[in-house]
Amino acid sequence: MATRRKTAADRPPDRLTAAFRVVGKALRKVDATAKVVGATKFADDVALPRMLYAKLLRSPHPHARILGIDPSRAAALAGVKAVLTGKDLPIPFGILPVSQDEHALAPDKVRFVGDPVAAVAAVSEETASAALDLIDVTYEPLRPVTDATDAVTHPEPRIHDYGDGGNLHKLIDLEFGDVAEGFAAADLVREDLLFFEGSTHLPMEQHAAVADWSPDGKLTLWSSTQTPHYVHRALAKVLELSPAKIRVIATPNGGGFGGKSDPFSHEIVVAKLAMLTGRPVKITLTREEVFYCHRGRHPALMWVKTGVKRDGAITAMHFKSLLDGGGYGSYGVASTYYTGALQTVTYHVPRYKFQGARAFTNKPPCGPKRGHGTPQPRFALEVHLDKIAEQLGMDPAELRLKHLVPPNSLTANWLRIGSMGLGPCIRKVVAGSGWKEKFRKLPHGKGIGLACSSYITGAGLAIYWNPMPHSGVQLKCDRGGGVTVFCGSTEIGQGSDSILAVIVAEVLGVDPFDIAIVTGDTDLTPVDLGSYSSRVTLMTGNAAIQAAERARDIIARHAARKLELPAERLAFAERRVFDVENPARGLSFADAVQLAEAAEGTVGTVGSYTPPASPGRYRGAGVGPSPAYSYSACVAEVDVDPATGIVRVPRIFIAHDVGRSINAATVMGQIEGSVYMGLGEALMEEMAYRGNRNVVHKIPSLLEYKSPTTLEMCDVVTYVVEDPDPNGPFGAKECGQGPLLPVPPAVANAVYDAVGVRIDVVPITPEKVFKALRRKAKGEEPRFGPTAFPDIPWPDPTRVPPPWEGGDGKAVPLTPGASPGLDGARIPGHAPGVRDR
Amino acid sequence: MPPLDAKAKIALELNGEPVEVAFAPHKTLLEVLREDLGLTGTKHGCELGECGTCAVLVDARPVLSCLVLGLACAGRRVKTVEGMAEGGRLHPLQDAFAELGAAQCGYCTPAFLLAAGALLAENRRPTRDQIKQALAGNLCRCTGYIKIYEAVELAAARMRGEKAQPARETLYGYP
Repeated sequence: MATRRKTAADRPPDRLTAAFRVVGKALRKVDATAKVVGATKFADDVALPRMLYAKLLRSPHPHARILGIDPSRAAALAGVKAVLTGKDLPIPFGILPVSQDEHALAPDKVRFVGDPVAAVAAVSEETASAALDLIDVTYEPLRPVTDATDAVTHPEPRIHDYGDGGNLHKLIDLEFGDVAEGFAAADLVREDLLFFEGSTHLPMEQHAAVADWSPDGKLTLWSSTQTPHYVHRALAKVLELSPAKIRVIATPNGGGFGGKSDPFSHEIVVAKLAMLTGRPVKITLTREEVFYCHRGRHPALMWVKTGVKRDGAITAMHFKSLLDGGGYGSYGVASTYYTGALQTVTYHVPRYKFQGARAFTNKPPCGPKRGHGTPQPRFALEVHLDKIAEQLGMDPAELRLKHLVPPNSLTANWLRIGSMGLGPCIRKVVAGSGWKEKFRKLPHGKGIGLACSSYITGAGLAIYWNPMPHSGVQLKCDRGGGVTVFCGSTEIGQGSDSILAVIVAEVLGVDPFDIAIVTGDTDLTPVDLGSYSSRVTLMTGNAAIQAAERARDIIARHAARKLELPAERLAFAERRVFDVENPARGLSFADAVQLAEAAEGTVGTVGSYTPPASPGRYRGAGVGPSPAYSYSACVAEVDVDPATGIVRVPRIFIAHDVGRSINAATVMGQIEGSVYMGLGEALMEEMAYRGNRNVVHKIPSLLEYKSPTTLEMCDVVTYVVEDPDPNGPFGAKECGQGPLLPVPPAVANAVYDAVGVRIDVVPITPEKVFKALRRKAKGEEPRFGPTAFPDIPWPDPTRVPPPWEGGDGKAVPLTPGASPGLDGARIPGHAPGVRDR
Repeated sequence: MPPLDAKAKIALELNGEPVEVAFAPHKTLLEVLREDLGLTGTKHGCELGECGTCAVLVDARPVLSCLVLGLACAGRRVKTVEGMAEGGRLHPLQDAFAELGAAQCGYCTPAFLLAAGALLAENRRPTRDQIKQALAGNLCRCTGYIKIYEAVELAAARMRGEKAQPARETLYGYP
């Protein structure tokens, strides 16, 4: 192909500033009509002739050895076609190469109530359910580990025989500059302890999968997955099939939010059952089982210590997190790094130390939920800063505005910041909310709080480290002027199919609805790594631009010859190819495609995208780098009833720097949806377990797991800030996760403004507010929150000088007899600076 | 006693047309619609009556199809999302949901459309609070409900014959 291979860096700068024809408009999504008429085929809508139904037998014990399984009575039941136990699927899997610790069916040990141990395929769901009751399992119960602190104090019995010792899965210790020196130079040093409760994604669609096995040795799996590529890998590994013999089709997800990003037991089980029976096999999880799949927000205990000058400039920060990981690894190693990665990308932190630990516990595994590992530390940091601002007598908005990370800079932990629109975001929500007239001035019971955040636009490093692109797009032009775009990305409701259509339409000058989109099918589409880490718009968008520009170059070559013009003078718009200097002189797009096809054959191109290399080169530098960072600022209004502790949030102001809106309507929906989910985590959502009663889930139902209904959801005032980033397609950054992050701390800060108590825990339930108000009334510390951070056997720190202290992003060798670190957090016994009302 | 799974046959009006369907008598309306009538537009989120995702209209009132036996619908008028568009044209609610992005993943959408349709049949000019009350039994995890309210208001205005357009801040945010 004659076209030059372009990268984001050498793309002409006018892509960031040009006037757009399609990009940035509020368009309906390409799949909107199918969704409103009920025609979208979700995984459970797939039905095949002679289909069998599968059910999983799940452990009733949180932690037990399996002494024996006898499935013979189940296998003998009329209508049962196959029964599987752990020995049938002995090969482990897991999303991360470093945590291949799951089995489709537990072979020898169960690690949480709900861990699958056996599976049945039968002619009906009823028969399969009845057969589960006939599977005899003998367990030897082991002491369960109920939470992260329990895991620290009880290294035995171990839940897994790998990790960083006892029941600690992962320990991290990273140091960027000498924080002790930074604290010594501060005018104020403050420490805080906070806790962020775990929560779950709660997609409205229960996970479902259908497998079909053809006698020619080909396996097809339809699944509600966000990551068909990783399911493809896991199936090949566990089933010992060539990947070429496996086709994974990601059906449109009925909501994901990170909860459908792991390869799951049920996907492997139906595949194996289809292979054994030669018939299609379906499984649809019950809502209770969705709670057991989980992979949601890690409960995180956090300690943060920050030194500041009188003007609020940070001199050093030390952050510790302890994550309750549940029974398996999942994305947990990455989640743990993420609790320490992005503290540095909003305000300038010259010296930074992070210590993170993830514990194994006997609960459903935690993993990536919207914001993946960053809402917890963001809550801690933004509440902590609110307290610091009060101690300094500064307005919290001013404090933040004065110390923003500069654009196009490196952070202490070697993250490369590109565009940075947090300043405009803060100014928007401050002006819109009437912040200056309201902060600390509202009547008792009414409050206002502010918080900010940032999030990655795609992980800079893939899960499997290899030199291949993170996203691929294939494009085909039809003689009639239609265009088909093939991409492995997965539509989970965020609008990724529409992003492809808008971007290709912009480049080729056609209508987005002239474009057919084929996504999430490992047989048909080039690999895209999946719908996670807010990566899809940026990565598929850049790949789509490359593919579309290559097609445009081919078409332009032949249109130029026909029109007797240099190709550079051609524009593509309104389904035409024409002379920019004389628009009447041109061809229809379809005619131009035909000329190109006549001359060169089928007009088909490919594009791909690989993120830029990260400057950080230390162990652990793989988590945090991103091609671009989005920024958000939030102001929450609250009404707190001092008699009951009930918190209501009437309105939230949110400003989000999206770089560039590709589809304005979709951006609005993503921002509002993020605020909604953040509000749920702030006020009510929690994965709660009965630690003293077999570690069973308290509330595995949609009725008892409280999520905001129309009656709790607040009004949202949204501001879209566009600070285009050179790495984003047309400058675009993410918007699907970032705007969640500032909501819980903004609500917590507003509660303090309203009634003068600090709730250093989410969710901020009435009980916690009430207890803190009681303490305040008794003259005790007006606070509800954790009081201790356990001693953790941290490893030797990895020391990396920050960029302004020289170095090349690599760790420096440890000096013998180095300081043992700063363990054993102490919390001041008083709460400084609390207002007297 | 006949075997438990011996099929029963009922007649009902489904999306304006008479139909007969035979099914195992323990089946819910949700199961009958999806499995025996092939109308998979009706979704399920819990099958316990907790989320509202399976709502359909029976005699013009929203009901949770996971809690209603198919047998109980003999002789009744049942409407599902498949019956909303007429003559190849979207119902104004469907059109407004598509226009504003009130359907993100689209999984809860059929139930929201039907519940909103039942509201507008009774109240041509509902307030925002009345819309919230009418939809309080339906959970959505994607939208934060805002675009759903705005779509219902837009559709209501258009159904009253007004030439309504979405507000600029609905689609682009505040300046």
